[in-house]
Amino acid sequence: MSLDTTPRLADADAAFALLMEAHRGLDPAASRALDARLVLILANHVGDLAVLRQALALARNGLAGEDGPGLSAAR
Amino acid sequence: MPQAPPRYPAAPPPASGTDHRRVVLVGGGLVGLTLALDLARHGVAVTLLDEEDSVATGSRAICFAKRTLEIYARLGLGPRMLEKGVTWQTGRVFHGAREAFHFDLLPEAGHEYPAFVNLQQYHVEEWLVEACQAAGVELRWRHRVAGLAPEAAGVTLAVETPQGPYTLRADWLLACDGARSAIRRALGLPFQGQVFQDRFLIADVVIRGEVGFPAERWFWFDPPFHPGQSVLLHKQPDDLWRIDFQLGWDADPEAEQQPARVAARVRAMLGPDVPFELEWVSLYTFRCRRLDRFVHGRVVFAGDSAHQVSPFGARGGNGGVQDADNLAWKLAAVLNGSAGPGLLDSYEAERIAAAEENILHAMRATDFITPKSDHARAYRDAVLDLAADHAFARALVNSGRLSRPAVLAESPLNSADQGGWAGGAPAGAAAPDAPVLCEGQPDWLLRHLGGDFGLLLFDAPDFPTPPGLRPVHVAAEARPGALWDHSGLAAARFGAMPGGAVLLRPDQHIAARLAMPDPVAVRAALERARGGGGLVP
Repeated sequence: MSLDTTPRLADADAAFALLMEAHRGLDPAASRALDARLVLILANHVGDLAVLRQALALARNGLAGEDGPGLSAAR
Repeated sequence: MPQAPPRYPAAPPPASGTDHRRVVLVGGGLVGLTLALDLARHGVAVTLLDEEDSVATGSRAICFAKRTLEIYARLGLGPRMLEKGVTWQTGRVFHGAREAFHFDLLPEAGHEYPAFVNLQQYHVEEWLVEACQAAGVELRWRHRVAGLAPEAAGVTLAVETPQGPYTLRADWLLACDGARSAIRRALGLPFQGQVFQDRFLIADVVIRGEVGFPAERWFWFDPPFHPGQSVLLHKQPDDLWRIDFQLGWDADPEAEQQPARVAARVRAMLGPDVPFELEWVSLYTFRCRRLDRFVHGRVVFAGDSAHQVSPFGARGGNGGVQDADNLAWKLAAVLNGSAGPGLLDSYEAERIAAAEENILHAMRATDFITPKSDHARAYRDAVLDLAADHAFARALVNSGRLSRPAVLAESPLNSADQGGWAGGAPAGAAAPDAPVLCEGQPDWLLRHLGGDFGLLLFDAPDFPTPPGLRPVHVAAEARPGALWDHSGLAAARFGAMPGGAVLLRPDQHIAARLAMPDPVAVRAALERARGGGGLVP
């Protein structure tokens, strides 16, 4: 399986609003905790290390910093 | 250390001032003594040098894994370790004040040895010394290697003793002299890897009477009695408990080892009313690193001198004992001429792969326990928070992935499966144990394997086993001359159908599986398992 980056959300605005709403009222530490939990939950839902690797490479693309270990090979 | 640690007499240096031995082993610790004993049982005369004259101080490598116990069973020490040690198989992980989850390391029955036995390293070393003496190992206590010169066909050692120095020439030098190996340093070999920016306090604590902890591995993340850090607890024999406190990188190594300070930490954990004594305290920073090669001409490294891991997962001592198990029969075969020196290349190939696996697991566990950044800590805490209610997150909690036997899957000694072979332990795996009946008596399969090359035959009573191989017959029904696989577990664990054969190495690892064996194929697999030297008798 490979990462699907085609538009899949029927109501994209609602999905984005859900993410924003989830963070409302959280301080930065709690917000980071929420993101970490969400990533872990969704990574388990995806259940495929190859897809996860592609998603991480895509997410990291263009960010400053050294190449993360194991990510460059997925590009 | 034990109540009265043994003191071994210092050996006098040879009167001539010079000496020659075929095999010299440096380092009488757990791995060195195990290797010396295994070599002696293979008929190899070994001279062991150790700069001290006693066993280990402190409990050190306390967790002896099932595979290690099976190796010690082959060497005659298994029952004693089982009798003295604390048997356990459950690990329990706590986050804060509550249990996050627990795991069972041996959920199935039908094995002679349990998942783990906890036992102080000094007890095992004392028994190994006795066994080495009985097997004829020459033990030279308080002999320190002060210098060495490698040559094409051996090594010349400068040895210092309390009664003066001497020169010792060795055809083979086995370096089992630990993480700070003097031999490794004398050869200038790089030993590189990762240092973890954290400090751990390790204490052996005697608690007599009732103790509110079972014989399980308990690991706490951020417990109320030691906030923000982790704690690991193990039960040992002799009313002894091992407690590891994570202290963080900023801890003061001197102050933290003061008895009053350590006692306060222990009291916070046990409660104010539990009397205890501190028996041993040490402070560590953990490293994961290894040598690029384990064999350097006539110098062979095994155990911590070759590779070092953090202790989460009990992979240091167990990995080192598996090095010894792997090396002994190979060096013996090279020395007695039944294999070429190329066989030692497989020691390196197999045990470097195993060391890599151990280092990978130890690094991942240490990264989880000691997050390197705020971001890593956020993910770690998210895993722990989710673990209380969600099985998927429990799989992500890493308080140490406990030592499993290395599967030597890529070994050059393995042959491809011959014929259809569905499931079961693959080539490269250590042979699985199973209950059997031997002449009507309850027995265990592994007791009949190892020490030499064997051919395990499943319901193949008439197979003409080639010379150089010891047949071990297993039968689904009671039959004279065969072990009765009355439960069917032996056949199931090997994935064997009637008529199948499994080639086993002297270290009980599987070298080949042949569904419809013929003597030519068995001989070819045997030759390959001996390093392909073409020296099959």
